[in-house]
Amino acid sequence: MMEISEVTRNTKLMIDGAPFVVEEVNFVKPGKGRAIYRLKLRNLFDGMAREITYHSGDRVEEVSVTSHEMQYLYGEGGHYVFMDNETFEQHTIDKKQIGSRAVFLKEGVTVAVLIMHGRIIDVNLPKFVELAVKESAYTTKTDTVTAQQKMVTLETGATVGVPAFVKEGDVIKVDTRTGTYVERTGTRK
Amino acid sequence: MAEEESARLARIKANLRRRALIHDSIRDFFRSEGFLEVDTPLLTPAVAPEPYIAPFSVNGWFLSPSPEMHMKRLLAGGYGSMFQICHCFRKGERGSLHNPEFTMLEWYRLGADYMGIIQDTERLLLHVAASLGLGSTVRYGNREIDLTPPWPRVTVREAFFHAAGWDPISHPDAERFDADLVDRVIPALPANRPGVLADYPAAGAAMARLKAADPLVAERAEVFIGGLELANAYSELTDSAELEQRFQSEIERRRAEGGPDTPMPRRFLEATANLPACGGIALGVDRLVMLFCNAASIDEVMAFPRDRA
Repeated sequence: MMEISEVTRNTKLMIDGAPFVVEEVNFVKPGKGRAIYRLKLRNLFDGMAREITYHSGDRVEEVSVTSHEMQYLYGEGGHYVFMDNETFEQHTIDKKQIGSRAVFLKEGVTVAVLIMHGRIIDVNLPKFVELAVKESAYTTKTDTVTAQQKMVTLETGATVGVPAFVKEGDVIKVDTRTGTYVERTGTRK
Repeated sequence: MAEEESARLARIKANLRRRALIHDSIRDFFRSEGFLEVDTPLLTPAVAPEPYIAPFSVNGWFLSPSPEMHMKRLLAGGYGSMFQICHCFRKGERGSLHNPEFTMLEWYRLGADYMGIIQDTERLLLHVAASLGLGSTVRYGNREIDLTPPWPRVTVREAFFHAAGWDPISHPDAERFDADLVDRVIPALPANRPGVLADYPAAGAAMARLKAADPLVAERAEVFIGGLELANAYSELTDSAELEQRFQSEIERRRAEGGPDTPMPRRFLEATANLPACGGIALGVDRLVMLFCNAASIDEVMAFPRDRA
């Protein structure tokens, strides 16, 4: 347990059985009064934001969460296999833990894996990945996102909306947080 | 990435220059009032046992969280009205309005009560504004604040009743008090004027005397400007026995909570037998500088706040 006064940004806390990272501590204190700590937290499991108010003297439970750089090797059944870049140990991660972002996983990409008490709790993809366009559909009414956009399929199987000038074989940069096209960075063919 | 020190110091230079002018202006004001500037220890063997003020301790000594007790010993020694600008230390206080080491202006006027001290504060702020070439208004955030005295005064009872719907004097509730003060009462104070909250519940009296006509209320007043809690004034309690009793109950409360042992400040209590009737106030100089620099964070008016010291 730790005193609330010791909590700072990036402290990880266990609250109601779930790990949270502290994103902001707002300290308010009347000169002669009790300190009020308004914490903005993010659940490390589901990414949901939460705000909790504590007072001077309150105690909270700190959790040890470590981040490990791992390389994505391959997918297999309901799992993905990663290798720790430092220890070279292999780890198997359930597809559900990565969720929809998995469509941006390309073999060899390095991700940050958060481990709490020996258990993987989150996988952070790089914010941007560069992927080749495998299939570019003709611009049809149904595929058109806007007048200037069309849908393409990338080498990992992900589909994203891109400007009309992007063609098969182009390499594009994608924002993994939003799943959107950023820019064209090259051409393979 | 954190800002480079040289870039940061260049950016806040105008604020720190203005800070120096404000310090000069404060000294100028009190000298013209005939006050003596004093200098009391930062390293001290005892601190006032007060709720929610945690001192740093160093090898059995404390870093002073307030110059109050030493200044009152000087008052008891016959030094007359006095002021001091000094650093104070309070453990765990860090936020956009707090740094664990900060600058306090404290003054005592012989024969004055808390409202006399509030009048000093009104005149002091006008003096500082004038010495910075401002008129009687100061811009803080997006508000133009009119400093012209008298500042609106409201009792704690009325302010809580209007903003929070309850009376903290007849129904004291310390926990609810602090939360409602911050969330409801302070935001409801006039936006374009300084506000004075007066007559606090007796439980929050600290070293203020209780009102003779209404002992549920302490003669304590606080000044708020632009949402900043700027200063805290008392009609000073001069009764040693009552002071000792208040300290004793706080020492016992700390012991019951398993906190560190707090020594009784004996030298101070002995001196208070000769403490003349006076009013006093502690004013946060960093926040005063924030106000006159239109700075939203205390870090903008300090060369080296904690995380950069």
